[in-house]
Amino acid sequence: MNALSGRLRSVVAGSDVQLFPQARMSGPMPWVIAIMVAMTAIALAGGLALGNAIFAAKAEIDGGVTVQLLEPRADVRDSQARAAATALGAMQGVRGFRQVPQAEVDALIEPWLGTGTDDDGGLAIPVPALIDVRLDGPASPDRLAAIERALRPVAPSARIDAQSNWLKPVFDAMVSLQVLSIALVALLAGALAAAVLLASRSALGTHREVIEIIHLLGGTDNQVAREFQRSIGFDAAGGGALGLGLALVVILSLARRFDGLGAGLVDNGALVWTDWLLIAAVPVMATLLAMMTARLTVLHALRKML
Amino acid sequence: MKADGEITHFDNVGLRYSTDREVLSDLSFTLYSGRFYFLTGASGAGKTSLLKLLYLAQRPSRGMIRMFGTDAITMPRSRLPQLRRRIGVVFQDFRLVPHLSAFDNVALPLRVAGHQERDIAGPVSDILEWVGLADRVDARPATLSGGEQQRVAIARAVIGQPAILVADEPTGNVDPDMALKLLRLFEMLNRQGTTVVVATHDLDLLRKVPDSLIMRLDKGRLSDPTGALRYPPRAPA
Repeated sequence: MNALSGRLRSVVAGSDVQLFPQARMSGPMPWVIAIMVAMTAIALAGGLALGNAIFAAKAEIDGGVTVQLLEPRADVRDSQARAAATALGAMQGVRGFRQVPQAEVDALIEPWLGTGTDDDGGLAIPVPALIDVRLDGPASPDRLAAIERALRPVAPSARIDAQSNWLKPVFDAMVSLQVLSIALVALLAGALAAAVLLASRSALGTHREVIEIIHLLGGTDNQVAREFQRSIGFDAAGGGALGLGLALVVILSLARRFDGLGAGLVDNGALVWTDWLLIAAVPVMATLLAMMTARLTVLHALRKML
Repeated sequence: MKADGEITHFDNVGLRYSTDREVLSDLSFTLYSGRFYFLTGASGAGKTSLLKLLYLAQRPSRGMIRMFGTDAITMPRSRLPQLRRRIGVVFQDFRLVPHLSAFDNVALPLRVAGHQERDIAGPVSDILEWVGLADRVDARPATLSGGEQQRVAIARAVIGQPAILVADEPTGNVDPDMALKLLRLFEMLNRQGTTVVVATHDLDLLRKVPDSLIMRLDKGRLSDPTGALRYPPRAPA
């Protein structure tokens, strides 16, 4: 990697003479930056994927309402279900609805209640009838109350729930994870800045003699800082490229695994092209952050010299 | 107020490092343009400390220093580089940049002054030839002899055509022949208008530049054997 950094440096710097021997400045820095960038990109990808997943799920569930008909008598339950369907069909703001077939309901509860059957081939215990309703907007308390008012006369056993209510703990957990990933990105940026600060201070100590000579020959603080900034910039660019490559391998392989669960990071659109752009910007941002940190550190330290 | 031809003026300058006693005390003198000064004194008399004040590597503990008409004590730090570019320094230990070639070491003052590369190659090659190092341009300091390093240091000090050249024991590490040769170099620069200040404890050297003015330091205080410190200065013999 140092060779890569060195080659990049010579290509970009052209015939410029390096005031400081760069090999000493490089050392472990590109590797540290590579690790930081990889971790940041992975954390960012996780945060973005969670954000997209929350957004997509919310968009789908926000307008979702479940009507449960809790009548124990099957014949009454069926007639109430039909009446409820008619009432829902006549309501404004209802984009669509579907009575969940009995077989689907049985399959839903089978893992908990088994497959015991009654005379009609259904479960021997009363199971509510379910109607999945889609509204053309969020299922606000007002709209839920309106549905309840419409159904009460024809289906008194109806219980109406917004789907977003019972998924709220799941969303809260996902939002927490997203906040955690953002915090991780911020922490890693801080850690990168701290690592560059320490490396810059160490390099300043190493090159103190040369810095003094440059000052005495009429060199400015900016000239010295620019050398450090350029050096750390090359290290960060090389390390950042490697880190991004590493992160892409991890993100894509994780995406493939999640895809196998039917909740893919990539194929289901959890990461869109703007997300990939953001992830690709991580090494660029890391390089800029490292250069800015190096510059400020060096300028601050040089102010104490004559 | 700046006198005609004044390069630098010290007024009641004192210098102490940390809380120790003063290494320089009550220095008041003026150096003029185009003169050749020797600064003498025993080891520990404060020659190097005085030179550090002259080439703005050190601020005094008290007093006032005017450099090229500017108060060097109160001026903002950001203006120091402009003044330093008018001062050529030959350090006692040369202070060449170890990873740079002789060529790049000599080119350094021009590069930090912002000269274009195309304007650097010619003058640097010329001056390296002038100091007899035309065949050593690519050599790193570690591969140069003491005398060669000395000449690179001198070439670096004069490449920017400074108004004043300050040399700390420039002949201390070379044989007598080379010492004389370097002295002739300084005289040549002086004839071209550069003020030269050479710190040395080699009294034979003083006799080899008859028109020189001598400042003598003794325990951090200055004496004036040739009238160099008077204003107007004594006319060279």
